[in-house]
Amino acid sequence: MSGPTILLDVRALGKSVPGPRRLFRQLDLRVGAGELVAIIGESGVGKSTLLNILAGLDDADEGSVAIDGTVLATLDEAARTRLRRERIGFVFQAFHILPYLTLRQNVALPLALVSPDAAAADARAIAMLAAVGLGDRGAGYARDLSGGELQRVAIARALAHRPALILADEPTGNLDPETAARVLALFAGAVRDNGAAGVMVTHSDASAAVADRVLTLGADGLVERRGR
Amino acid sequence: MAAEPGLLSGRLALGWLIGGEWRFHPARFLTTAVAIAVGVALGFAVHLVNGSALASFDGAVRGVNGAAELSIRATSPLGIDERLYPRVARAAAIVDASPVVRLDARVGAVRLTLLGIDVIRAGAVTPSLVGLPPRGPDTGDDPDNGSVFDEASLFVSRAALARLRVAVGDRVTVTANGHAVLLRVAGTLPAADADAAIGVMDIAAAQWRFGRLGRIDRIDLALSDRQVAQASLARLLPADAVLSTAEARDAQGSALSRAYRVNLDMLALVALLTGGFLVYSAQSLSVARRQRAFALLRTLGMPRGGVVAAVVVEGVAIGIVGAVAGLAAGCGLAWAALRWFGGDLGGGYFAGGAARVVFQPAAAAGFFALGLLAAVLGSAIPARAAARAAPAAALKNAGDVLDPRRPVAWWPAAVLLAAGGAAALLPAIGGLPLFGFVGMAAMLAGGVAGVPWFARTLLALLARHPGRSVPAQLAVRHLHGAPGEAATALCGIVASTALMIAMATMVTSFRGAVDTWLGQVLGADLYLRANAGASFDPATRARLAAIPGVERLAFSRQLPLTIAADRPPISLIARPERGGRDPLLVLIDRAPALPATVLPIWVSEPAQRLYGWDPGETITLPIAGRTRFTVAGVWRDYGRQAGAVLVDEADYQRLTGDDGRDEVSAMLAPGSDAQAIGEAMTARLPAGLRGQVEVTQPAALRRLALTLFDRSFAVTYLLEAVAILVGLAGVAATMSAQTIAREREFGMLRHLGLTRGQLGAMLATEGAMVGLTGALAGIGLGLVLAQVLIHVINPQSFNWTMTTRIPVGTLLGVAAALTGAAAATAVLAGRRATARGAVQSVREDW
Repeated sequence: MSGPTILLDVRALGKSVPGPRRLFRQLDLRVGAGELVAIIGESGVGKSTLLNILAGLDDADEGSVAIDGTVLATLDEAARTRLRRERIGFVFQAFHILPYLTLRQNVALPLALVSPDAAAADARAIAMLAAVGLGDRGAGYARDLSGGELQRVAIARALAHRPALILADEPTGNLDPETAARVLALFAGAVRDNGAAGVMVTHSDASAAVADRVLTLGADGLVERRGR
Repeated sequence: MAAEPGLLSGRLALGWLIGGEWRFHPARFLTTAVAIAVGVALGFAVHLVNGSALASFDGAVRGVNGAAELSIRATSPLGIDERLYPRVARAAAIVDASPVVRLDARVGAVRLTLLGIDVIRAGAVTPSLVGLPPRGPDTGDDPDNGSVFDEASLFVSRAALARLRVAVGDRVTVTANGHAVLLRVAGTLPAADADAAIGVMDIAAAQWRFGRLGRIDRIDLALSDRQVAQASLARLLPADAVLSTAEARDAQGSALSRAYRVNLDMLALVALLTGGFLVYSAQSLSVARRQRAFALLRTLGMPRGGVVAAVVVEGVAIGIVGAVAGLAAGCGLAWAALRWFGGDLGGGYFAGGAARVVFQPAAAAGFFALGLLAAVLGSAIPARAAARAAPAAALKNAGDVLDPRRPVAWWPAAVLLAAGGAAALLPAIGGLPLFGFVGMAAMLAGGVAGVPWFARTLLALLARHPGRSVPAQLAVRHLHGAPGEAATALCGIVASTALMIAMATMVTSFRGAVDTWLGQVLGADLYLRANAGASFDPATRARLAAIPGVERLAFSRQLPLTIAADRPPISLIARPERGGRDPLLVLIDRAPALPATVLPIWVSEPAQRLYGWDPGETITLPIAGRTRFTVAGVWRDYGRQAGAVLVDEADYQRLTGDDGRDEVSAMLAPGSDAQAIGEAMTARLPAGLRGQVEVTQPAALRRLALTLFDRSFAVTYLLEAVAILVGLAGVAATMSAQTIAREREFGMLRHLGLTRGQLGAMLATEGAMVGLTGALAGIGLGLVLAQVLIHVINPQSFNWTMTTRIPVGTLLGVAAALTGAAAATAVLAGRRATARGAVQSVREDW
């Protein structure tokens, strides 16, 4: 019997930081297409470091990470950059919507990095903004939107280029609970609908509730709190 | 998957990034473009003026020379024996030879060059010197049109006609060599160069009427074989003649002003250099402000090169816009400068010419490239810094990447300073201090690179004892922890301050040296000088000496003397030197006592440096044939850049038989009225001489000399001021931007309880410390650069030396202005940064 395609395959990952202090070891994680996994942990346990390693922005001390079959350790910096450009989407706690680009341009940014076809990028951005309920706001700027709306734009941007993997770092950390719930529902739905593998790091149990699986990050790796 | 070049594929994103930045921050773009434009405009304008003036000067010289390929020229205005002419005319490979008498003449107050020519010979060799009588019904009523052979006919160039404000047919009194002769303007010289103010008459008439019988000044030659001709003529030439080619004459014409023009060009580039530093400051700030945006893009997959490209492309655009605007403004500036200052910009090298702006496409391309280079280089370093930043850290906690414990490197600055010092010690190339300029540039870069280390070192003491005041503590710790931020704001102003202090110190030293020297050499009570070749004959001298109140008179002769055909002539001065006690001889070196059998000669400092004539050395000069002299000493002379030699008047008289004297210095009896005696002297002069003699008192001469000095440096003062203004604008702009970028920090401080007043005090303290740091760094660096200007560039360019005099008042003024400007700017910007509520200030993204 075949399950969903494994888009993120992490095996025996280990990382220490200067101190020296071991963050985690023997960390295994497999995420399939359309699956959203939430990783919970206390502050300083290494959640963001784990995300950076998955994104190719940091190196692990041991183990391997493969994204849609491509092993990160075999790639040089330029190749990792290309992988991020083509196969990974990001949602940040601080939104990071560029204030001097229109919202449509912000969403189309990942596409503009891979192709000079402005018309195609624009069309996709309009569609993604509509999918997150902001179809009529594309010509506006960041200062016109509330925090929740900005995070919806960020979600649209993360999915615009149809990535294999979406990484979200505390996506609702700056939002009130009601707005956070709406954004999380939108995020989870978008991951499933686009067939991507989603990894969300959070310290909030409430935020983790939308995920298909909830894992706790500790020094000995990931422990499943709730599964499928 | 095939590899795609990320930069090219991401150019749409790059375009949005750059375009968005400019739309939202147009002032930054405009400020930096204007800085480049100012630099390019000044540099191009100075270069255009120099080039136009030189072209005009060359044209005037060519007009006088008549464009002969080869000439035999007298080494001094005493001329050569005309009996040389037939021997030259018969020499091998000489097709034709045209003898010329040349005189410096005046018509009223207007100077012109008077040439006496043999029309038949000149027609074959230098036809542009042959006059053309007028033809046609509009030539006036007088039917007696002068012919080219008429002894009273004068043919003038268009430039002379315009300056004299006469018409063909008018009569004019021409004064030359002490003779005033009435001549008739019989026609024009239509083929003469438009800038040449010359008059031409028959050579025999010129010799007879102006007291030059038996003497000529030049023989212009037409050749069949130049090499053969030069070889045959070399055997014929007497000691008082040189063979001169067109190339040598061009070299001679430009040599005198070359150092001045190159120095002025270098000074004009100061503004461009400052503009480049301003671009660096602005781009550094822009990169710091966009750190998160760049980190986001790197995270999304933009390669490092894309970040570099974004910043460098901005620099290219700034450079193109600035350079184009600068070229246009430069043309306008050059036109205005020529109109108001004249072609020599006060330097005194091209007096009398009417230069027009001549556009120079190659120079325009060069200055465009320089402007572009300044902008690109100013962007390249911040671009690399932006690309190196780790995206993950910058995204998460961009404001926390600063580490106050991180030491500040000092060695890059040390290496550059040392390399610059070593380069400055290298000799001149072709008479130009090129290594000196390279050394200054390296030391300037080293000084600017060392500002972070200097700021950290200066503030270390304060950081240990910051005082009780909270605002002061915050200000000190912020600057001490982030000296690089202060350096970014300061690099432009440190560069321009350093250059301004260097120039001010050099000019102060030079002016002080000239003033002191004038005080030493102007020891007489009255000075008389004869113009236009006039001279005081023995009878006139006796009448002057007999005037009551006159204690002693010293008569001197000053003539140009050509040593080498491709070098400007030196000045030969004959004075009663009284065993080396002449007040003109401000000796800086002397030979041991010379035997009585030798002929002593005193050489000026420029002559010593140019020709290598040292005390005790025997030299041969083209005076009365070839005469050997022994160098008795070297004297200070700031008046004659091409060099001068002084011989005893009695020796000169004996060697040359020339008893004409053109200058008199008079010592009067104590209590005498100098004004009255001057008038008495004028009254005792022959009628023909009276209008040709100037009587001056030393104070007036000193004032005139210093006025000319100040005028020659007027452009330098202007360039200094512009450099300072550009630098001040830079520090204001960057301090404002830095302050505004710290809005969240101020919001947090206000959350903690700091009042707006305390914030203002903190910013004022920071601004004052930044300004003072910049002032101290700029002044220190400037004093070091001044040593290169004074002891390397000046001697290698102009062949004179001086001691350093420090303009203390200027230093204090600059320090006060910088400190005040930086403090005021920081406070004003802080008001804007704290205008919003504290809560909004700490929000992310909006």
